[in-house]
This record gives sequence, structure tokens and C-alpha cells, in this order.
Amino acid sequence: MKKSVFLGALTVAGLAAGVAGAATLDDVKARGALNCGVTTGLVGFAAPDANGNWDGFDVGVCRAVAAAVLGDPMAVNFVPTTGQTRFTALASGEIDLLARNTTWTFSRDVDLKFEFVGINYYDGQGFMVPKSLGVSSAKELDGATVCIQTGTTTELNLADFFRVNNISYEPVPIETNAEAQQQYLAGACDVYTTDASGLAATRASFENPGDHVVLPEIISKEPLGPLVRHGDPEWGDIARWTLNALIAAEELGITSANIEELSAGTNNPEINRILGTEGELGAMLGLDAEWAKRAIMAGGNYGELFEKTIGENTPIGLARGLNAQWTDGGLLYTPPFR
Amino acid sequence: MANTTETAFVRKEMLGAKEPPLTETGIVKWARENLFSGWLNSILTVLSILFVYWVLAHILPWMLGGIWDASSLTECRAIRDEIYGPDASVACWAVLTERWNQLLFGFYPSEAYWRPVLALVLFGVAVTPVLFSGIPRVFYALTAVAPFICYWLLWGGTIWGPIFVALGFVLGWIAFGVVSKAAGSLAGTIAAIIVPVLYWLFLDAPITGALGAAMPIGLEYIPSKDFGGFMLAFIIGITGIILSLPLGVLLALGRQSDLFIINKTSVIFIEVIRGVPLIVWLFTASLLLNYFLPPGTNFDLMLRVIIMVTLFAAAYMAEVIRGGLAALPKGQYEGADSLGLDYWQSMRLIILPQALKISIPGIVNTFIGLFKDTTLVVFIGLLDPIGLSNAIRATTDWNGVYWELFIFIGLLFFICCFSMSRYSQFLERKLRTDHR
Repeated sequence: MKKSVFLGALTVAGLAAGVAGAATLDDVKARGALNCGVTTGLVGFAAPDANGNWDGFDVGVCRAVAAAVLGDPMAVNFVPTTGQTRFTALASGEIDLLARNTTWTFSRDVDLKFEFVGINYYDGQGFMVPKSLGVSSAKELDGATVCIQTGTTTELNLADFFRVNNISYEPVPIETNAEAQQQYLAGACDVYTTDASGLAATRASFENPGDHVVLPEIISKEPLGPLVRHGDPEWGDIARWTLNALIAAEELGITSANIEELSAGTNNPEINRILGTEGELGAMLGLDAEWAKRAIMAGGNYGELFEKTIGENTPIGLARGLNAQWTDGGLLYTPPFR
Repeated sequence: MANTTETAFVRKEMLGAKEPPLTETGIVKWARENLFSGWLNSILTVLSILFVYWVLAHILPWMLGGIWDASSLTECRAIRDEIYGPDASVACWAVLTERWNQLLFGFYPSEAYWRPVLALVLFGVAVTPVLFSGIPRVFYALTAVAPFICYWLLWGGTIWGPIFVALGFVLGWIAFGVVSKAAGSLAGTIAAIIVPVLYWLFLDAPITGALGAAMPIGLEYIPSKDFGGFMLAFIIGITGIILSLPLGVLLALGRQSDLFIINKTSVIFIEVIRGVPLIVWLFTASLLLNYFLPPGTNFDLMLRVIIMVTLFAAAYMAEVIRGGLAALPKGQYEGADSLGLDYWQSMRLIILPQALKISIPGIVNTFIGLFKDTTLVVFIGLLDPIGLSNAIRATTDWNGVYWELFIFIGLLFFICCFSMSRYSQFLERKLRTDHR
């Protein structure tokens, strides 16, 4: 009896969630703002500045989608989410889009019923050690103490890596990245392991970054991307093609500097289709013709966004690496706009 | 007596009191008695002094030499290299000069900072008649309206909203007066609950809407998501504290009641709420409720958190007060009955004043715990001071700043909790009647 009541309640909840999922675009337009889930703070990816304006690489995706849909990159309600609350916030309709350095995995995509709309950053788990340790490869870390954030996939990846290479380690569990920095600097652990982007940001904050090295091994694949709920493919398409437009803009050489000039019309039909001077791509999405132009103008194309927030000229100093265009030997490869 | 000899000397007046020996007075005596009263104690004293010196010698230069004017951690380090040389370790308080407003107010618009400050002052004035005796009774009127004014100051919006919500309470009071005269106090109590609820459900919103459209008086509306920092901790903490005390009293009385349903409801409520960690209730408020509410309802997350924190604190409060009730001798209850007082009169005039007095340390203990527990909301994504310290650390400017933020947060929490503790001790002294 109790069980059936519970199941009934769950069914109602499921139906309710289904209803909430329909026509996200209309909801967003009616609200006049995009509810975008971000982290409560990750260096380079999302952080509020002194005036409370959010900035960062993931934030750029939110702003681009808001610009495409609503015409205003500032029309975003940023909802800070933690690792535990992010999926429920999306499933329950509290947010329309989750851009929170979330790894695309099978179970999240299929079992949790989300739709990853693309990959905006190819990350992977790495190791950082003090230079004085004299280690040049992760395989030499036999018997090392390792600072590791609990409850993340990095913990499991670490166990796998050490078992495969038949070497031992002693984990030092820590809760947050800030705590990890302190523990690592205080010498509580020989090695700190987390996503390579996080390692770079952490290392950049040290007094003497040169005293520490990031080892060459990357032991896991962490494709990070924005995601939406199942059940509203039209909304998923908008998010997917907004991200694709940013990537394609870099490939085709559309920048925030020359976009006005290019939107007067060019000889390249694909550029024309993206910028809305040719074809009806915007109408197919349920948007106007200049949606992609506004998305690109919000924070620049993918490359500009990258350089501005996490690139080599920022304190974080990440190289493009896997996140370069396919023409430059990276993995960014957007389907054609046709 | 021929051979009287001259008396050599006879003292005519008393000698003045001598100074006590140096070792038996003042600081020396105190030190001898308290610090150096034996060889073991002397050694321990010296060791303790050395330890305290060692700690201060490390911390004080770090704190006092801190750098207050820089725009990023890198700049802080550059300034430090210039002044102290590269190996010195000094605090970088500049993160506080740049971000203090965020730690205190979250993302609340800076041109509206006067609103929470005024609300806090108003709250301070409104609680004085409750906290201290000898304040004119007219101030109780301010205490009654202060919650509505504070709400309006903090969130803004049309002024008619809080006014007509407050009207519901007045309606309830009138209903109680009218019905209890006609049909007895139980019917009066029921009417006092039903009438305002019906009013809030069906009449409040249209009236407020119509008046808001006709006479748009109000402040700029500021949504809950902009609230953060200590303001958030204060709002959750103070609301929880104010609401949990009466609720806790009712629950404690309910648990002592002979009425079966009231008794069992109170017991189950207290045990269930108390038996589950606060963090679980917060997750329930933030995650589970979303699935069960109809889609499209916008049930403010902060309101949900305040409700959960209040219920949680009320369960603890009920048990603390039950301890006070249990400590009263049976004679007090019987004395109240023999005076012919009814249940509520005996509770109000005889039992509760004594029971609450006994429970003061426990009550304040719960208050302090509740206030500090507000930092747990960081786990559901609300930006309380701890959450904001993470967010500040996530900017490239301040990545790597650690202790400075925590020291500031710790200091503010200490000031609040210590004041509460001192007030409770003042209250205990004031209410002491047993001539111990």
C-alpha cells in the first residue's frame, strides 16, 4: 500500500517533470531571462567579480545562448549549483541549461535522462608534483601520498591507474580545491591530482609556480560540456548549435572584431548562413536570422572566449592542446552549417 | 618615690601601618600565588608563556604587517617583496578591502545597502523591549510591526504586500475575539486560524495587486538570489531563532499534554526532525521538494531553507524547554490549579516563566548552534559567507587566498555568538532569585 502510494507520487512527479520540460524556449522568452546553472566557483570557468557579475569560460556559453535566444547576453540568471544539486536543479526545471564543467558520461546521458549538447572543453586528469621530488613520470610515483578530492570520478580514475601500473599509493582525502592547495603546499601530500585545467589554475596561484611540475600523463578522458533535459529536443538544438556556432566562427575566422563587416555579406556561403544573410537557419531553430551573430558577439568566438578566460595570456595559462580546431590538430570539429 | 628615673621613651601615638612585604602584595603576590606557587607550576608557567610567545610571534607579524591595498594576490606579493623581501610571510587583507561588501551582502545591489542595514537597526530596536526590562510599553507596537517592515526593506516590492499580509493577523485576532465570546475559546482559536488562512488564500493577492496598480508605492524588488554573505546568515539565523522559540514552547507543551493526538503528533515531529541530520533536511528542501511541487511553482529556495532550519531548531528547542518543564516541582502545577487558573493562564503566569528561566543556557546554546549551522546552506548552492569565500577564491585575482577570508568570517561569527552568550549570562544574573 505504502509502496504504491510512493510509486504513484513518483509517477506524478515524472509527469510533472515531463510537462515542465516542454517548450523551454517559450518559458525562457516569457521569463525574459535564461536560468543557467554554473558552479559556485571554479577558476577560469565561472566566478563572480567584485560587482557580482559572473565571468568565465562556462559563463560564456550561458551568455551566448541568452544572446541567441533573447538578444541580450546579460539576460541570464546564474544559479550556483554544487556537485550534488546540479542534476536535480536541471531535472526539476529550476534551470534551463547546465554549463558547469560536467563530464559527459554514459550514465549521465542515458540513465539520468539528460542531453549533452556538445563538448566545450576536453579535460583529463593529471598529476602535479614539486620539482624537488625529481619525478618525471606518474609511473615513478610508487608509494607516494596523493591529495585527492573525495566523491569525484578522479578518485576512481586514480585507483584504476595505480592498479593497472601495479604501484601503490596512499590517498589523502580532501574536500575542496582550496583545501587541496593548502595541504599540498604544506607538504601533507607528495602529489595533487585533479583535472589538468584545475592543476594549471592551482599551480598559477602558487608563489613559485616554477617549483612545481605537471606530469605528462593524462589518465582519464573528461569531456566537459553543457547539458539540457531530455524531452525538449528543440531547446537542445538551440543550445547545441549555439555552441557549434562559436566553434565554427573560429574555424571560419569570424571574430567579434570583424563580424559587422562580415555580416554585410561575403563570398563564403557558410559564413553567410551562420550570420543570417543567406538561408533560413534561424527560422528552423525558431529564432530570428541573427541569432548566431549575437551569440558570437556576446563573448567572441570559441577561440576568443578561450583566450580571454583560460588561455595562455591569463594567469591560468592553459594551452589549446586538445581544444584546438581540428585543422590545428585538436578535437574541435563542428558539423557544417547547411 | 625619690629615685624616680626618667622614662626613656613612651610612644604617645600608634605606629602607621607598614607597607606589606613586596612579595605579599599586588601583582607580585598574585603572580606568586597563581603562577609560581611551586617548582612544577613555575616550570609549566614558563613553558606556557614561551608557547604563547611563540604562537604570537608567528601570527602577529603576519596579521599586523598585512597588505591592505592591492587588486590581486599577485600584486599583494609584489608589494610584499618590495617592503619585506621575498621570504616574508604577511597576510593579504586586500582581498577584504576589495570584497568585504560581497562577504557581507552577497550580490545585493550596492546602492541598496542601506536597506539591510536599516532593517538590522530596526530589528535591534524592536528586540530591545523583549530583551531588556524597563523599556516603555509603546515599543512593543514597534516589535509587532518590525517583521513586516524588515521584510519590505529587504525584498522591496510594493508596500501593500506586507501591509495586507499583516492585516490577516489582525483579522485573526478579531475573529478570535468575536467567536470566542459567542461559542467558547476552542471555537475562537479555530476561527482565528481559519479566517486569516482563507483571507490570505483568496483575498490578499487580488487586493494587493489592485492597490499596487492603483497606488504604486514601494521599493525596487530584489530577488532572493541576490542575497548572500552575512546578510543571508543573519536572515536565516534570526528568522529561525525568532520563530523556533514559540514553536518549541508549543511542541514542548504538546509533548507534555494528556491529549492523545496532540501528544503523539508532537513526539513524532520532534523525534523525526531531530533524528535526521540538518544537511539531509536542507537537501530535501532544495532537491526533493522540487519534484513534488507542481511545475511552474516558484517556491523560493531561501524560504524553503528558512522553514527547514526553523523546524529543525524548534525540535531541539522543544526538548530544551521540556527539560525546564520537567525540572519544576509538581507543587507549582498544583499551586496553579488551586488558584483556579485555567491551562493557558497557569502556563503563562506560573509554569513557563520558571521553566524558561531554567532553560536559558540551553536555549541560547541552541540559538548559537542554529546561527552557525546556517553555513551548511553552502552545500545546496546558496552563497553564504563560506560559499562566497569559495566564489572569491575562484576568480583568477584571488585564487590562492585562504586564511584571510576564513579569519574574517570566523571573527564575525565569533562576535555574534559571543554577544549572544554574554546576553544569556546577563539574563541569568538578572533573573536569579534563589539567593545562592
